[in-house]
Amino acid sequence: MMRRLFIGAPLVWLLAFFAAPFVIVAGISLVPALDAVPPFASPLNPANWTLDSYRLLIHDDLYVAAFANALRIAFTATAIALLIGYPMAYAMARAPERWRGLLVMLVIVPFWTSFLIRVYAWMLLLRPSGLINSALMGLGIVAEPLPLDAGEFAVHLGLVYSYLPFMVLPLYATLERLDPALLEAAHDLGARPWNAFLRVTLPLSLPGIAAGSLLVFIPSVGEFIIPDLLGGADSPMIGKILWTEFFNNRDWPAASALAVGLLALLLAPILAFQAIEKRAASS
Amino acid sequence: MKRNPPVLLAALGFGYAFLYLPVLLLIVFSFNESRLVTVWAGFSTRWYGELARNERILDAAWLSLGVAATSATLATLLGLAGGMALARFGRFRGRLLLTGLLAAPLVMPEVLSGLSLLLLFVSLDQMIGWPGERGFLTIVIAHATFATAYVAVIVQARLRLLDPALEEAAHDLGAPPGRAFLGVTLPLLVPALAAGWLLAFTLSLDDLVIASFTAGPGATTLPMVVFSSVRLGLSPQVNALASLFVLAALLLVAAALWLTRRGASGTRR
Repeated sequence: MMRRLFIGAPLVWLLAFFAAPFVIVAGISLVPALDAVPPFASPLNPANWTLDSYRLLIHDDLYVAAFANALRIAFTATAIALLIGYPMAYAMARAPERWRGLLVMLVIVPFWTSFLIRVYAWMLLLRPSGLINSALMGLGIVAEPLPLDAGEFAVHLGLVYSYLPFMVLPLYATLERLDPALLEAAHDLGARPWNAFLRVTLPLSLPGIAAGSLLVFIPSVGEFIIPDLLGGADSPMIGKILWTEFFNNRDWPAASALAVGLLALLLAPILAFQAIEKRAASS
Repeated sequence: MKRNPPVLLAALGFGYAFLYLPVLLLIVFSFNESRLVTVWAGFSTRWYGELARNERILDAAWLSLGVAATSATLATLLGLAGGMALARFGRFRGRLLLTGLLAAPLVMPEVLSGLSLLLLFVSLDQMIGWPGERGFLTIVIAHATFATAYVAVIVQARLRLLDPALEEAAHDLGAPPGRAFLGVTLPLLVPALAAGWLLAFTLSLDDLVIASFTAGPGATTLPMVVFSSVRLGLSPQVNALASLFVLAALLLVAAALWLTRRGASGTRR
């Protein structure tokens, strides 16, 4: 009885409010938009079915570019986060044990701090009259304010800043568990520190690298707030286009088709992440 | 263990400075007298005063707090059940499905969760006349759904550390499963549930995207107000509000940490 309730309640809830909605999205992506309430033809009537929204998805340059931009920007941002996050996690894992708790907590706190507020903080810093430009001009390094905001630079910065904790924490968890005896063995066998790192530590931390990278990459691809507040018109990302189709253009079938496309793109990374988690949990 | 070389210490320092400096500067500038958000003109708390008189923000704050408390409570119950099922029930039919459903919301982009839930609500309303006007209830359902996944992670991690011998002992002494759960497992899980509730509360309070999709025209949460005013331009009142958000987050993290520490008793080893 208790068993049935404990399995059934979350299962039914998540099927109803997480899985079923995606079926409906798929349904609405197959019908034409209408100027009515709700603004789409009924997906229950097969006579309404059409692939028009998907044709648009493939042929509209804006959509194609938005998908490509999202993948490209998310990829670079993930690489930058890895370059910043790996040395951080490595230093945390090597820090004296009594410090580690505090160091980990300092990485977690930003995760609890409002995402929107953290993006807003960068708007303050990056705008033409913002602190960075004021400082650069005050020091005489530049004469004119640099166009730091409203562009790809700011979007990369925002993504790395917002998702860095997701990179650091799995890396730290992997690196902290590594057996120091392995490194000592490499050392005793005459490996220089850098070589020992490249041949022992780095390969052994690959699961952490993969988990952290996917945790940054997946949400970055679909990100809306950062490209909206920090991005310019030059390189729209798919999350923002989906939002615009839905809220501004009220084309719900197009937004649904974009959602299906985005989910299809992210399916492989999401499954890869789950596989890594499963292996980590069983070992 | 060897000491960290300077290069690594520098990397660590850079990382933390990168994470914290922008928010610190934001807090400093929330006490700026000037209306020009980025020009310092002396210390003042006037924007906090104006914030306290801003009806629109106060209304939104109350809605957000209500949504956060309700959805966190729902998510804690569902996450407790799901976490227990995965950590303690061994093999059962639907285990793989439940594992996937509890993990997927953690990585699903918000625009997808938001859009799909809204379309579900609209379709349901057409077919069975429920949930009617979107607002408090629909945002609560949306937030409870993704927060359940986070609570389940915390509950599972805690159960993995708990010694199953304690529950087995209750079993061996003849306690029926319900009694063993209520008398032994649940009390030991309280710190994890409290930490999960706090995380769910924070995630709900913070969410803009999913709330924007699932809220009706009559309901505006705090992040939605902040977002629309930020889109119009920087505002000193938002600086003050943002600083309060950061302060609240610090208090919540401290509470969650304290609970986790306290919960460390009764674990294995």
